[in-house]
Amino acid sequence: MLTAENLPRPPYQTYQEWYANQDAAHLIRKTQDAENIFRKTGITFAVYGHADSAEKLIPFDIIPRIISAREWRKLAQGIEQRVLALNAFLDDIYHKQEIIRAGRIPRELIERNVTFMPEMIGFKPPGGVYTHIVGTDIVRTGEDQFYVLEDNARTPSGVSYMLENRETMMQMFPELFTLNKVQRVEDYPRLLRQSLACVAPPGCKGRPRVAVLTPGSYNSAYYEHSFLADQMGVELVEGSDLRVIDGRVKMRTTKGYEAIDVLYRRVDDDYLDPLTFRPDSALGIPGIMDVYRAGNITIANAPGTGIADDKAIYSYMPEIVEFYTGRKALLDNVPTWRCSEPDSLKYVLEHIHELVVKEVHGSGGYGMLVGPTATKQECEDFSLKLAARPHNYIAQPTLALSTVPIFVNKGVAPRHVDLRPYVLVSDKVKIIPGGLTRVALKQGSLVVNSSQGGGTKDTWVLED
Amino acid sequence: MLGRTANGLYWMFRYIERAENIARLVDAGLRVSLTRAGSSDEDWHGVLESAGVRDTYSEVHDELTAANAVDYLLRDQTNPSSVMSCIEYGRNNARMVRTALTRETWEATNEAWIDLKAHLARPLRAPELPELIDVIKRRCGLIRGAFHGSMLRNEIYNFSRIGTFIERADNTSRILDVKYYVLLPSISQVGSALDNFHWESILRSVSAQRSYGWVYDSEYLAANIADFLILKVQMPRSLAYCYEKIVSNLSYLEADYGEHHRAHDTAAAIKGMLKRGSITDIMDHGLHEFLQDFIYRNNQLSADISDGYRFYQ
Repeated sequence: MLTAENLPRPPYQTYQEWYANQDAAHLIRKTQDAENIFRKTGITFAVYGHADSAEKLIPFDIIPRIISAREWRKLAQGIEQRVLALNAFLDDIYHKQEIIRAGRIPRELIERNVTFMPEMIGFKPPGGVYTHIVGTDIVRTGEDQFYVLEDNARTPSGVSYMLENRETMMQMFPELFTLNKVQRVEDYPRLLRQSLACVAPPGCKGRPRVAVLTPGSYNSAYYEHSFLADQMGVELVEGSDLRVIDGRVKMRTTKGYEAIDVLYRRVDDDYLDPLTFRPDSALGIPGIMDVYRAGNITIANAPGTGIADDKAIYSYMPEIVEFYTGRKALLDNVPTWRCSEPDSLKYVLEHIHELVVKEVHGSGGYGMLVGPTATKQECEDFSLKLAARPHNYIAQPTLALSTVPIFVNKGVAPRHVDLRPYVLVSDKVKIIPGGLTRVALKQGSLVVNSSQGGGTKDTWVLED
Repeated sequence: MLGRTANGLYWMFRYIERAENIARLVDAGLRVSLTRAGSSDEDWHGVLESAGVRDTYSEVHDELTAANAVDYLLRDQTNPSSVMSCIEYGRNNARMVRTALTRETWEATNEAWIDLKAHLARPLRAPELPELIDVIKRRCGLIRGAFHGSMLRNEIYNFSRIGTFIERADNTSRILDVKYYVLLPSISQVGSALDNFHWESILRSVSAQRSYGWVYDSEYLAANIADFLILKVQMPRSLAYCYEKIVSNLSYLEADYGEHHRAHDTAAAIKGMLKRGSITDIMDHGLHEFLQDFIYRNNQLSADISDGYRFYQ
């Protein structure tokens, strides 16, 4: 929040003045209030494999992260460019594969990738959209300096926290929103519904019927699934509610079976259709892929989009953006070593204590090594795993992430954060100003994942 | 609405109704042990039986003590009908049908769960019980209040109400059936201290110890008590009242959907029987037989509703 001269950075100025007049005890009480609001509302998540597994709260920090309108505009342009490139890339690799033929991406990287879905070859999803909802993970290293960490192009989660964080802040500190002009995020559910309705199958007559597909109330993100269905005013369905009848996907209602036009699924590809993918899946709908290929339902995001946010593909994103948009990428990638390449592997093994090593298909902060904070033994153990299956890993330097203030009992303290803005793609691209800021609550830590003790805070994009 | 959602609403409200009824039963049991000279732990047999958990209780506890019975009825999570289990199931169902509930109704349910989980986290001492029973009743009342004050009068409301009243009718009939023998004219000696204690405990289990006096003479008469709990439409826990409500909620659904199901006939038949019945006939033909038949038909209605509105299939 501070400049080199220890003055608040411009977007924080108004906040800083307000904060200086607050009583610490009052703010500690507010932190407690926030927790009560979250608990009462049931904004909880489940951590798998945790003994006291039932339901946990994600810690919420009461100091907002503030971004200037100018910085946001720059960021938004970069995100839009990237999301358009991702869609073009998906369309290409499931059709003509020009990027492979142009020699920009090795063929085996696509075709041997477990997230590549041969069932999608030659099929064009309704409206030509693959990634309807994208959450691009971004870190800031300094003024106007942003790096993309990951493109979450499958089923990015966390948007309910973005909305509830704002709601909570407005409830607790209404005066802050008169002092600062903060851009709205509340329209997200309405925009999401519009965006989904806009890509209904061409044969759909009248108002498209949208539903959210959840794995069920025991899923870690169930709160979000029910929240989004509720806010959009659409049904929240499970696989057991759905059945393929007469070439349509229909849901069992109290009046009989009724067809669905657009399914916002929060179930992974593998579980979507036991006839096409995992036969043991009880979460999916047998035959839905046939209905999909016949053009009678829209699935968002499209099956097979995982290939675009695969960590091995990530390292090619600068080439991908340039190939499809004809311009250099506006947002930087974090330099990435592909351990499948012998020279890179050698470098990574020699410098493992300085690097972050990640599994190519991993997520949630699991299966990764943060070299600078790992013990010697941990580095050695990880090196063995890495040498045994090099193609399974990529490595990146740790960036000098900028920090933002969080509220602790003794006042404010700096912590590392990332930012996940949410992007909706239909006939146009809409980026919600702000997003989810995740905080590494442990001092010095770089891991922001909620499953590993990360917290969240409200994210403000100021008006000009 | 999804069939699964209708099912979730129906069971959410059955469980919340059950939680409150179990709390009332415990309250009546405690009252008896305080007020009746010569009361013993054996009196808890009747309470366990009214709650339908006498057999499962003996699987967990070797002997019957007041403390164990109260613990089993309020806290024990291995008892699917304990207050804690009911609140837990009710809240899980609410979570499943979250999109059908208003924020107020959901939050009242979620807060009831949070609060009661804290209250029931450790074994309770006898002096804490009256306060606790009050908390349970108040929490259930808050859910009901939020529900009535904020929900649209639509199919969601109707399925929720039907669940409430089927559960309530089941509870009232079981309470009566456990004590039916004290209501038999041949055995009862009107006005004896023994009878008064039994009857008062019945009335207390349905929170009707006061209202009885408004409707009948203050004197307890077996036939009047049975009449009050079975046939009196003004009494909100009577079988007749429950069926007034069930039939009207089902008829809203019929009008709304334009569909007539077997459930409508089943409910109308039960309501008709309660409307035409006289307490003398019921007692002459056998109160126990009447109640057993009622419980069976009430369950049948539950199954018909679940079929007609595609709860599972």
